[in-house]
Amino acid sequence: MAATQVVDITEQAKPKELFLQKVHSWLTTVDHKKIGIMYIVYALFFLVVAGAMALVIRIQLMVPNNHFVSPQVFNRMFTMHGTTMVFFVGMPILFGFGNYLVPLMIGARDMAFPRMNAFTFWISALGGILLYFSYLGGDGLYGAGSAPDVGWFAYAPLTERVFSPGHSTDYWTLSLLLTGIGSVGTSINIMATIISMRCKGMTMGRLPLLPWLYFVMSFLVLVAIGPLTAAQVMLLLDRYLGAHFFDTQAGGSAVLWVHFFWIFGHPEVYVLVLPAFAFANEIIPVFSRKAIFGYPAMVAATVAIGFISLSVWAHHMFTIGMGPGANTFFTLSTMIIAVPTGIKIFNWLATLWGGKISFKSPMLFCVAFLFQFLIAGLTGIMLSAAPFDWQLGNSYFVIAHFHYVLVGAILFCIFGAFYYWYPKAMGRMMSERLAKWHFWLMVIGFHLTFDFMHVPGLLGMPRRIYTYEADRGWESWNIIVGVGAVFQAVATLIFVYNLISSYYKGEIAGRDPWDAWTLEWATSSPPPAYNFALEPSVGSRRPLWDIKHPEDPDSSYE
Amino acid sequence: MATIVDYPANMFNPAATPAHAIFGVSMFVLAMTGAIFVLVTGLLIYALVRFRQRAGDTGDPVQIFGSNQIETSWTVIPLLLVLMLFLTAARVILSTERVTKPVAAVDVDVIGHQFWWEYRYPKLGIITANEIHVPISDPKHPTPTFLEMSSVDVIHSFWIPRLAGKMDLVPNRVNPMWFDPEKTGLYLGQCAQYCGTQHAKMLLRVYVDSPEDFATWVAQQQKPAVAPADAATAEGKAVFEANACVNCHRVQGTTSKGAFGPDLTHLASRDTIASGAIPNTPENLRKWIADPNEMKPGALMPAMRLNDHDLDAVTKYMTSLR
Repeated sequence: MAATQVVDITEQAKPKELFLQKVHSWLTTVDHKKIGIMYIVYALFFLVVAGAMALVIRIQLMVPNNHFVSPQVFNRMFTMHGTTMVFFVGMPILFGFGNYLVPLMIGARDMAFPRMNAFTFWISALGGILLYFSYLGGDGLYGAGSAPDVGWFAYAPLTERVFSPGHSTDYWTLSLLLTGIGSVGTSINIMATIISMRCKGMTMGRLPLLPWLYFVMSFLVLVAIGPLTAAQVMLLLDRYLGAHFFDTQAGGSAVLWVHFFWIFGHPEVYVLVLPAFAFANEIIPVFSRKAIFGYPAMVAATVAIGFISLSVWAHHMFTIGMGPGANTFFTLSTMIIAVPTGIKIFNWLATLWGGKISFKSPMLFCVAFLFQFLIAGLTGIMLSAAPFDWQLGNSYFVIAHFHYVLVGAILFCIFGAFYYWYPKAMGRMMSERLAKWHFWLMVIGFHLTFDFMHVPGLLGMPRRIYTYEADRGWESWNIIVGVGAVFQAVATLIFVYNLISSYYKGEIAGRDPWDAWTLEWATSSPPPAYNFALEPSVGSRRPLWDIKHPEDPDSSYE
Repeated sequence: MATIVDYPANMFNPAATPAHAIFGVSMFVLAMTGAIFVLVTGLLIYALVRFRQRAGDTGDPVQIFGSNQIETSWTVIPLLLVLMLFLTAARVILSTERVTKPVAAVDVDVIGHQFWWEYRYPKLGIITANEIHVPISDPKHPTPTFLEMSSVDVIHSFWIPRLAGKMDLVPNRVNPMWFDPEKTGLYLGQCAQYCGTQHAKMLLRVYVDSPEDFATWVAQQQKPAVAPADAATAEGKAVFEANACVNCHRVQGTTSKGAFGPDLTHLASRDTIASGAIPNTPENLRKWIADPNEMKPGALMPAMRLNDHDLDAVTKYMTSLR
């Protein structure tokens, strides 16, 4: 009886609000849905800004000894591009989707700690603003500095006061400390919500894969942010209170920073990729019309990836001189993580197998994700072999590899997630016609840029160089890479236009436009503030499948 | 038509044992990942085509939730592949990093600076900068070059792809590296760890010489500076020694004993200045001395603010230091 009462068909009454009332309601909201949207809009803004920086970088590198920007400006560009994309695009956009979807998918009314949710958003937002304020305030006493120019991983002792005078490095440190608060708070919220607010009947074994993956991702954030925070505090102590943790002139250790950073940095990239997997886990089954193949293995593989990712960090340090023992260990641990990752790819393939695949916009992006993530994983395996990394580490091959993951896998899944859940959040479908333009331009641009970017790495081009010599043979590849960047920029602008115009002109979505199976599709589009009028009660992993197929419910098989 | 010489830093054109070993393992890795790519992509494309929803075909297909046998096999097989890959890589790690230095090896200390390379040959009494000469190594009587590397400031990285993988120069730490070049020639590379404004122009030039040419080079480098042969050059030396130049630069056999900048004793014997970034011609040298930041913005050598006469004199002196 309780299963049929899951669906809320109450029509939402919309009172007329003054503009200032609207602004006030957003500024003071503790509703996970509004906070989720704010995270996402914030991240989209920075995506465009950091994307513009990438275009500047690629134009400067189109030809050898170019003078489009000075070395000082270039070095700030790549530092800000990386820092922004990881901390002010990747993390917020993924936390935004998690904030929006996790309570809905577990049948909860909101997150466990709504006020902390709001606090962590605003403090993260402050972090981003602080980082960009460095363009104005970074000069410090010496008239040196500006935005940080030490690379997004800010290796010591380059970040010590003697080599980075002014305050640019401090803006890097402080803004990331702020945004770290946001990450930790949201992770606590996600884990507490999933543990204690699942609706009736939803055991952990019936949790949809998206909340499962966000659960593991939140665990990783809680473990990994500590080392980064500690290192940043040590750096501040070095810079201002006379400590010498990383001050090699006084006997400190440069390698210490590198260890601390990558103990954070490697789990961080899994923090970024697990939500992308989460989106694929929801979209691929719905558009193949088949349940995900091997749910228990998918959960086990995710947990395995979470734990193993804590043990691979020094594959970023194969060239720092750790010695054969450590190089061998980290080669092994990194190669092992390929096994659960491969299991996921095979499970997605098996989900498609025997299905009825439809190529609507969310699925287009997830299909591209499958091909691209496979390649990204394979170049990762190449880099995991320490000797190969001795050549390719810190080269354009690495840049190509990680952009293959960040753009080819993660960003593509994020685009898919937008097309899939926008109808739920906004009540309107996005334009499929514009989506196809977005998709194909993005695919062409992505492959032009990042396929060909592997080659200069193999031909000896290191990363973070503002120019290069004409006699190295890198020029033609850099030109192709630059052309692809322009395609991607146009594609992204089409996407942003689609987001805005669909809000006003999109076809009304209805409650369940994709004929999907998880709880968020059981309430109206957009959901009411309280999500569900009655607490849902579920008997399987796909409660809406059970309602739509009473003759063949999942509960008979699980 | 591009040829292999158009790619001087190509790791797939190895010319020394460490680079050869890496080439071998990389071929194996590429073959294995290539095969996996073909297999999985093939299956993906097949699935996407074969299982497309046909028009008018509504209704959901048979739901399959998993298969223990299939899932076990695609766990075990990758584990075995990983094991194979790991053992191959481990072998090269050990063969490269656990070596005993032959008695006839050439020892070079490499010290990284922002934005240039300092080279010292402790057993030969040579100090030079930016261009390194080493002998080829005959496998029957090996004379490999063994480098001990560190930095005075930030982390740098020494990368000559045709000779070996890269190794970082870390301040307050010494990292060893070696290579045994098998062909004479000039090998190019550059700093591979971001080290500040002019990281991009911290270029590497390794000259691999025949044993005879190497001996000639060593003999020349071991000599103190050439004394000025005429009045103009002597005047240049006087200007050099009266200015702040001597605070940073060393010219062996004179009173210039600065250690912060490159050793200039045999500057005129080098093909390039500014760590490989600028050809070593009198015009370029003069421009460099006038204001290094014009040519390499962010270089740590300040503009010397010499008048034209002194500038000409010092340049003449520098070009005499063969």
